[in-house]
Amino acid sequence: VSKKKKKNSELFTLTYGALVTQLCKDYENDEEVNKQLDKMGYNIGVRLIEDFLARSSVGRCHDFRETADVIAKVAFKMYLGITPSVTNWSPAGDEFSLILESNPLVDFVELPDNHSNLVYSSLLCGVLRGALEMVQMAVDVRFAQDTLRGDSVTEIRMKFIKRIEENLPAGDE
Amino acid sequence: MAIFSVYVVNKAGGLIYQYDNYVPRAEVEKTFSFPLDLVLKIYDEKLVVSFGQRDGIRVGHAVLSINGVDVNGKYTAEGKDILEYLKDPANYPVSIKFGRPRLSSNEKLMLASMFHSLFAIGSQLSPEVGSSGIEMLETDVFKLHCFQTLTGIKFIVLADPRQSGIDALLRKIYEIYSDFALKNPFYSLEMPIRCELFDQNLKSALEIAEKAGTFGPGS
Repeated sequence: VSKKKKKNSELFTLTYGALVTQLCKDYENDEEVNKQLDKMGYNIGVRLIEDFLARSSVGRCHDFRETADVIAKVAFKMYLGITPSVTNWSPAGDEFSLILESNPLVDFVELPDNHSNLVYSSLLCGVLRGALEMVQMAVDVRFAQDTLRGDSVTEIRMKFIKRIEENLPAGDE
Repeated sequence: MAIFSVYVVNKAGGLIYQYDNYVPRAEVEKTFSFPLDLVLKIYDEKLVVSFGQRDGIRVGHAVLSINGVDVNGKYTAEGKDILEYLKDPANYPVSIKFGRPRLSSNEKLMLASMFHSLFAIGSQLSPEVGSSGIEMLETDVFKLHCFQTLTGIKFIVLADPRQSGIDALLRKIYEIYSDFALKNPFYSLEMPIRCELFDQNLKSALEIAEKAGTFGPGS
């Protein structure tokens, strides 16, 4: 039985906001900030995956569809309390979209005009990329739509690139 | 006391954590008079008994201490060659402690890396794809339990063969690793784990596992 620690999500929103604004001050360039957020996300992802695997009893996914389901229904639920929907599968089954109705990172946030290129939640892309890399999957993750930039929904597009063969844990094909 | 030790091996086969919870060591300390009736020889930088078993001292046991002071391989703590020391009747009577040689950290590193290779071989031998790999290695005095995560880290526990609940313990150690090692931003992935909170929580988990496990058959 795991005791779920209820944390005030406002502090989380404020912390992320402080992080982004500090990066904006430090780099003064939206593209660069996006890159830094993605990098930080990556460092979070490579650690978060173990926490995820240790706490959920999810086994190895056999195809990308399973991966998509686990990400949307288990991982997002566990860490952000939301369950995005999985849609827009490419014909080859190697690309899909996560549609987020709400995004805890952007509660109360409005993007000013001088930051029109800022992808505020870039951290999430890095997290997903880093986490999947640790289970030997190379993916490309980007925001296709962002409510902060005027779109109606927030859409994360995930594309499977390849299986990472080096350092495959023994026993996996 | 039935969980002997814990090893954590990273993806490349390197030992990143090792803890000896309880290692039963038969050690015998006896006083000897000249001449020594045991034949000693140098083996692997240690002084071991090559001939002459008595009173619990067995062939293969190493000299652990002389007159109460731990030795340093084949030299005494003061740097004297032990074999020379023991040839001199003036040094007798002498009290020598014999026991099974303790594994050095380098030896443990080598053994962990060898196990990592064995694990890979075990998986390749598997007739089915996607084998879990070696889960248990059993001998008459201990059982080695192994759990490899999807990310390639191995958690290994050596315990008494009758100790139960090790599967749950391995999962618990994985949780402790994901908390106190990974959530410590100053810990670098794949590097040796030197986090006090990890040590503390691991020790508590071992205590709980030992108390909850039973020693009866079929438990």
